[in-house]
Amino acid sequence: MAIDFLYPQYEVVRNYDRCIACRACERQCANEVHFYDPEFEKMMVDESKCVNCHRCVSLCPTRALKIVKTDHTFKENANWTGKAISEVYRQAGSGGVLLSSMGNPEPYPIYWDKILINASQVTNPSIDPLREPMETKTFLGKKPGKIERDENGRLIPNMSPQLELNVPIMFSAMSYGSISYNAHESLARAACALGTYYNTGEGGLHQDFYQYGPHTIVQVASGRFGVHKDYLEAGAAIEIKMGQGAKPGIGGHLPGHKVGPDISKTRMIPEGTDAISPAPHHDIYSIEDLRQLVYSLKEATEYKKPVMVKIAAVHNVAAIASGVARSGADVICIDGYRGGTGAAPTRIRDNVGIPIELALAAVDQRLRDEGIRDQVSVVVGGSIRNSADLLKAIALGADACYIATAALLALGCHLCRSCQTGKCNWGIATQRPELVKRLNPDIGSQRLINLVTAWDHELKEMMGGMGINSIEALRGNRLMLRGLGLTQKELNILGIKHAGE
Amino acid sequence: MKRVYVNEKWCLGCHLCEYYCAFANSGKSSMVKALKDHKIAPRIHIEERNNISFAVSCRHCIDPLCVKGCISGALTIVDGAVQIDSDKCVGCYTCILSCPYGALSTSNEGAIQKCELCAKNEFGQPMCVQGCPNKAIVYEER
Amino acid sequence: MNYVIIGNGTAAVGTIEGIRAVDPTGPITVISDEIYPVYGRPLISYLLLGKTTEDKMLHYRPADFYEKNGVKTMLGRTVTKIDAAAKAVLLEGGESVPYDKLCVCTGSRPFVPPMEGLDTVQNKTSFMTLDDAKRLDAMLGAQNDKRVLIIGAGLIGLKCAEGIYQRVGELTVIDLAPRILPNVLTEVPAAIIQKHIESKGVKFILGDSVARFDGNTATLQSGGTLDFDVLVIAVGVRPNTELAANAGCEVNRGILIDNRSATTVPDIYAAGDCTVSHDIAADTDRILAILPNAYMQGETAGRNMAGGNMTFDKSIPMNASGFMGLHMITAGSYDGETYLEQDEDHYKLLVTRDNHLVGFIMIGDVDRAGIYTSLIRERTPLDTIDFDLIREKPQLMAFSRAERAKKLGGAH
Repeated sequence: MAIDFLYPQYEVVRNYDRCIACRACERQCANEVHFYDPEFEKMMVDESKCVNCHRCVSLCPTRALKIVKTDHTFKENANWTGKAISEVYRQAGSGGVLLSSMGNPEPYPIYWDKILINASQVTNPSIDPLREPMETKTFLGKKPGKIERDENGRLIPNMSPQLELNVPIMFSAMSYGSISYNAHESLARAACALGTYYNTGEGGLHQDFYQYGPHTIVQVASGRFGVHKDYLEAGAAIEIKMGQGAKPGIGGHLPGHKVGPDISKTRMIPEGTDAISPAPHHDIYSIEDLRQLVYSLKEATEYKKPVMVKIAAVHNVAAIASGVARSGADVICIDGYRGGTGAAPTRIRDNVGIPIELALAAVDQRLRDEGIRDQVSVVVGGSIRNSADLLKAIALGADACYIATAALLALGCHLCRSCQTGKCNWGIATQRPELVKRLNPDIGSQRLINLVTAWDHELKEMMGGMGINSIEALRGNRLMLRGLGLTQKELNILGIKHAGE
Repeated sequence: MKRVYVNEKWCLGCHLCEYYCAFANSGKSSMVKALKDHKIAPRIHIEERNNISFAVSCRHCIDPLCVKGCISGALTIVDGAVQIDSDKCVGCYTCILSCPYGALSTSNEGAIQKCELCAKNEFGQPMCVQGCPNKAIVYEER
Repeated sequence: MNYVIIGNGTAAVGTIEGIRAVDPTGPITVISDEIYPVYGRPLISYLLLGKTTEDKMLHYRPADFYEKNGVKTMLGRTVTKIDAAAKAVLLEGGESVPYDKLCVCTGSRPFVPPMEGLDTVQNKTSFMTLDDAKRLDAMLGAQNDKRVLIIGAGLIGLKCAEGIYQRVGELTVIDLAPRILPNVLTEVPAAIIQKHIESKGVKFILGDSVARFDGNTATLQSGGTLDFDVLVIAVGVRPNTELAANAGCEVNRGILIDNRSATTVPDIYAAGDCTVSHDIAADTDRILAILPNAYMQGETAGRNMAGGNMTFDKSIPMNASGFMGLHMITAGSYDGETYLEQDEDHYKLLVTRDNHLVGFIMIGDVDRAGIYTSLIRERTPLDTIDFDLIREKPQLMAFSRAERAKKLGGAH
């Protein structure tokens, strides 16, 4: 047996005084970490298989388990960290590209945490959202530049199609394939109940979910999986995916073993084949090409649905967004580098793209400067972690936010970042039926509803404190923000003053 | 009347219902005290095979054959729920012969045992339902 | 509506509860020659064994059962005649009780075959009623030294043996049949039970009978003699059909009833051990003197007497019994293709015929046997379930997902 250079990352600590050997941990671990030893009459572990997903910890009825990071260490230094060393070992062993999932975990700055929110004192009254009206409804889509009237003076309805959001939060694109049927159902049902939208991702729309169409954004991506007339017509809006924050510049790959009968049917590809989304759309090499696709989709749906274009936040995002706005898109979605994924090459995930805070501020400013801000709505995603991030994003210029990682956390995800293995113990990022059933959409959808409702309450509370009672009045209101510990350059890009100014 | 219902679609086969049941009816103050180093004898049982699993416990039938056939009058219907008076039960197992669901079982004490919806223990609500992580067992009116 | 029930056993309770499910107020009169409130007759062996007490026994139903149900009891009274024309029941002493609807729940009585010299035996009893049990208890005394002879190795005889085996000096069971429990078991399982009972010190004399009694000595047909102190006669029972027969009800071995528990005479119903049942497992008419059957027939009678509409057509022979720690459950008929599993202390026989389970015997492990019983009673076609699974053990897994959803997702 070859020498294993790696040491398990985690230790499974079992309190044998509490363990009743019910074996729930064993039954619930798809990684086969736990097993019962009849000779010792004890539960044992193979911690090398543990991904720290906490399924066992959460289900243990006597709280006899905990998972700790091992304190075993390589001879690290500031340059050659344990992570850097072990990655070299892994690649020397496998010869392969390192794969990871979920968002960029590296310690880059988090600008949300360096921005503070204003509140009213003395000269301007704050608002109590429990006593006074407070509106968090918002509409996405092109807003008309001017009011038009006919010869009789009557208003000409020139409003482009809009998406109506009861809360400025939507669930961002996660394909059926990358996540499970039950995860999709949970998102779809929650979106309906909340009066907002979820997004099919690039995997098509399962027949069972057409009923949630009025609260569905259907995505068209480079692989064009599952795209057909009924699909486009089923959704409330269509999103063209040009890029993804977790892996800008590259495509996607759903391995054949995850393409079972249902997914095969939904994606319209043969069972067992790899579903490969190319890095670019092979028919889009310019803004003009994008415009062709935007209008093809509008034409196909009789101009009744907004068309959204999703791009990853990359270096010249402002210019790209300007182009997208001119392509005829109704909504631009920008995905920051912390955005999640079911699988991405680690180097790409951890090194490509830019923070959403900076991208958003730059895009909003550029569109304003060019006088085309009203032609598009701006939706941002890529690690909106709480209602404060949400509020700050709106104040920086966003019309609404996309959440996905937070939504998956609500469903039970423990950010073990092992989606690519397909053995998600929480029934989210897996297609194995015995694992998928672990996520009961009755529970899942309710937890999503709870989360978004809670954020909405908090958003209203913070808005009230600022004396603001509508999303309209908050959007792009950068005076409500101050930076802390930021350089002048960063403040300039964010378009905010430093705290104390 | 509220009953315990099982939806096998959501049953994970984790067996936690059995442990919560055994604990609830143990009279002990903690699950560890009740179940550590014990072989459990729960009143709810998981059947499982090939990734199908589901829990079976007393259905609290409207027309319970176990009650009608009980030779000692130990099984009675109290507020719609089938209860066992273990003091009266002589352990003849006619109820085991009668129950179409296989929901009654023998116990070490001689009398038979069955789900009583936790009405007689300190929890007052079926603990199998509380302990089910996936709402595969629910307690509701149907 | 004025209801009268003759008898006060399980069938009578079924009748009362059946009536009250439909008619909450009509007066009910129960007439019985026993002085006790209703009790489960099979409990008498457990009484001797100490697993129950007379007080608990007499609470087969709660103390306020009759009162709560508006039942007038006439206990210790003997019915002499049913006057079907006048719709009245005549009692010893001349009293007449009128009825609109009558249910005959007269049960059965011990059968005592003619045996030479039986009258010379001092201490003898049948084993059927609470009074029998009390009599036997008194005869056994407290010394644990009596030699007891039980005639009959059927359920009653063996349950009696279980009840007293720890309280005797010597215990012998004799039966003319070549095996124990001849009406309930086939040879092999009978031998398993016999061996177990013998291991507790009980002796069996099978394929033989008593030719003659001389006081406390029995001379056997085979020639030997046996001394004893106490004699229990548990040869069998005979239905009490005379009242019904005299009232004009059609009777053969028992009172004939239809699946609504009605006799052939209008407004007279019958239920329990005094009736003939249709055994759906063997598709024959026979006496099924078993408690659950009595209740079901009683309930059926009661509901129909009160104007309801209930049919009971699921009678099968079935028994759950334990003998000194070894349990057995049997049901149905043993005529058909058999599937057998057997090891040291475990025996399982399944009998199928024409795509149906028609009978089974389980000894030792009797877990969830009711699932088998239900297959017989409901006449479930075996090709609609996974028979390999059901053969392995009684389990709901053998049913289709839809059927399971029905069973576990609804109230029945």
